[in-house]
Amino acid sequence: MTEMSGADMVVQALVDLGVDTVFGYPGGAVLPIYDALFNHPTIKHVLVRHEQAATHAAEGYARSTGKPGVVLVTSGPGATNAVTGITDALLDSIPMIVLTGQVPTNLIGTDAFQECDTVGITRHCTKHNYLVMDPDRLGPILHEAFYIATHGRPGPVVIDIPKNVQVATGSYSMPETIDHQSYRPQVEPDPQAIDAAIALIAAAERPVFYTGGGVINAGPDASAALRKLVGLTGAPITSTLMGLGAFPSDDPKWLGMLGMHGTFEANMAMNRADLIVAVGARFDDRVTGRLDAFAPEAKKIHIDIDRSSINKIVPVDVAILADAGRALDALIDAWGAKGHRARDLGEWWRRIDGWRATRCLDFPEKKEPGAEIMPQRAIKALFDATRGRDPIITTEVGQHQMWAAQHFGFSAPNRWLTSGGLGTMGYGFPAAVGAQIAHPGRLVVCIAGEASLQMNIQEMATVSQYRLPVKIFILNNEWMGMVRQWQELTYESRYSNSYSDSLPDFVQLAAAYGWTGLRIDTLGQLEEGIAKMIDTPGPVIVDCRVAKLANCFPMIPSGAAHTEMILQPSDVTGTMDDEAKALV
Amino acid sequence: MKITTEAGERHVLAVTVDNEAGVLAKITGLFTARGYNIESLTVADITPDHALSRITIVTNGPPPVIDQIIAQLDRLVPVHKVTDLTDAGMAHVEREIALVKVAGTGDKRIEALRMADVFRAKVVDTTLTSFIFEITGSSDKVDRFVALMRECGLVEVGRTGVVAIARGPEAL
Ligand SMILES: Cc1ncc(C[n+]2csc(CCOP(=O)(O)OP(=O)(O)O)c2C)c(N)n1
Ligand SMILES: [Mg+2]
Repeated sequence: MTEMSGADMVVQALVDLGVDTVFGYPGGAVLPIYDALFNHPTIKHVLVRHEQAATHAAEGYARSTGKPGVVLVTSGPGATNAVTGITDALLDSIPMIVLTGQVPTNLIGTDAFQECDTVGITRHCTKHNYLVMDPDRLGPILHEAFYIATHGRPGPVVIDIPKNVQVATGSYSMPETIDHQSYRPQVEPDPQAIDAAIALIAAAERPVFYTGGGVINAGPDASAALRKLVGLTGAPITSTLMGLGAFPSDDPKWLGMLGMHGTFEANMAMNRADLIVAVGARFDDRVTGRLDAFAPEAKKIHIDIDRSSINKIVPVDVAILADAGRALDALIDAWGAKGHRARDLGEWWRRIDGWRATRCLDFPEKKEPGAEIMPQRAIKALFDATRGRDPIITTEVGQHQMWAAQHFGFSAPNRWLTSGGLGTMGYGFPAAVGAQIAHPGRLVVCIAGEASLQMNIQEMATVSQYRLPVKIFILNNEWMGMVRQWQELTYESRYSNSYSDSLPDFVQLAAAYGWTGLRIDTLGQLEEGIAKMIDTPGPVIVDCRVAKLANCFPMIPSGAAHTEMILQPSDVTGTMDDEAKALV
Repeated sequence: MKITTEAGERHVLAVTVDNEAGVLAKITGLFTARGYNIESLTVADITPDHALSRITIVTNGPPPVIDQIIAQLDRLVPVHKVTDLTDAGMAHVEREIALVKVAGTGDKRIEALRMADVFRAKVVDTTLTSFIFEITGSSDKVDRFVALMRECGLVEVGRTGVVAIARGPEAL
């Protein structure tokens, strides 16, 4: 036990917990902690330009390293600005600790300057939150908060610390182990459930693996186990947006992403399968399409660390409540122990090859050098140019995000950072900042839409300050393309407020912040422009002008079945009934 | 377009939680945020050191929703245990207390007293023109008593909501 101030305790606990980076923004209610961090030898504080960006940067840090991201913001507006990123981390299960300053305990509830009910506001967008009223509780709470953020299904934890608790002294010691009274997630799978699952897998004629972000969260070993199990069974595999990278996209068993903008083969395989093995995926509405038509012929196995995800949307036949990696290991062991061999799935693969033959990701384009660039082509060119460099890719939200998911191939986890559950425009650029801070030597590219980028564009200054070589690759279609696409499909092309008017000149903007700015206008400039982006040291913004009215296909309209995919622009009718309009 | 909701069944849940600030808000907030019903909710601490509280929640929903409610409650960090007392094979006892104020004179007053006797309600306060009855029983019994008192000059009712416990020697 050591006696120290609350602020020193915060910093000591961060050191004891192995934290090397804090993303934050100062203010009155956190000045004591900022003072304790002043010239700190091991903790690097990254000063963002908006608290939302601090949370997304922490998410980018966390997603690319597997370690929790740490955020420090002041009370009131500092805390409320952080709410979007906290919610984003909750929906995508990202481990994050957010330290918020609060007015002194004696002023709580008096509408004091920069007071807000942070624990009240964040109660339902955190995995857990704390208001610390006693400096002696601060140490244990900090350690418990890290435990909760990183164990079980990861998520954000907020610790609200009144200013007088930061100034007052209390005793601190590093706990040896955290033995939580009530929070004890089940990590090891139930052997009976494993046996039941293996029996189903061994008997299946048309199996599909459907995997999600849980596999990434379970660590690189889980991805390795997934590859092994898929190899043993010879079954096809698809994944959610959040799960990309857990399985290599160049493997013949990879079907591509499934769901609303997934591939025809992935969605058809789900629809016709007799067994679905869901691993760390949560049957989100973007994935299932119309529920009563979802995988009608399939038995379902669901591996998840969160019991509330099981049977939430889709009732399953075998539930395995466990860490994805442990469950996959147990399945591999049981497969071997029972002496199973891969069945002949030839007939199933022939059907899948038939669906693949539609070449659903192909797109019409002109090939001459002066032609406009199709956005899909831009992504493919970026993918080709960065092969072998093991880049970390982040995205904003919109069509460009879906095109990136469809056309950029990933072969390892923790390289694909995108906002899935909340779909937060403004995520991608600060997430790239966080990833670059964690991996200074790596190539980090944010694939952005011109509209999304403007939601956190102020972070260009952060990048300049820390001399981060972040690359922003804008697919500039001059539209909130995804909104425009929905308006075209649902509202007879009445483009209400979806035009990106009054865009800045991104090249000049780059210059204003001391970045390099490049513009790519035609197909002939694409490869060279991308090469220049990669080869230019320091931060680069690329304003890549793409076809303005391109739509993202395939697409399952909201509330439609997997079999009702729109593959071509000509499949679009342009009207929808109210039932369909009411869906998101 | 019409918005439809599914019919449900009544369940009584016993939830043990850390007795600390914000827990009740977490639980009631979970019900509102996810659109679950609360028919009644009671809470009090139940350990000598005041460390744990027991919450009894009466809710209503189709079986998959009840399952979700239990799973969602269970994953809250301060929640220790969630038991569905209405689960098949789980016999339980439910009680509720109501304080019922009735005002009036003459026949109505005599009738109120006679009915209170039938329902084994106790008189806990009296003036020349009013009674306060204390009645304990199932929610149904309390409902019936209150309905009768409406005819006898009911002025005010306060009810605790349901507390419930499983039958037999075992603890939850
Ligand atoms: C914070 C936020 N506000 C609004 C939306 C709704 N929305 C989804 S995509 C989109 C348009 C994105 O435009 P852009 O960044 O240019 O990407 P594009 O679709 O054109 O590739 C909007 C407004 C959102 N996802 N997030
Ligand atoms: Mg756009």
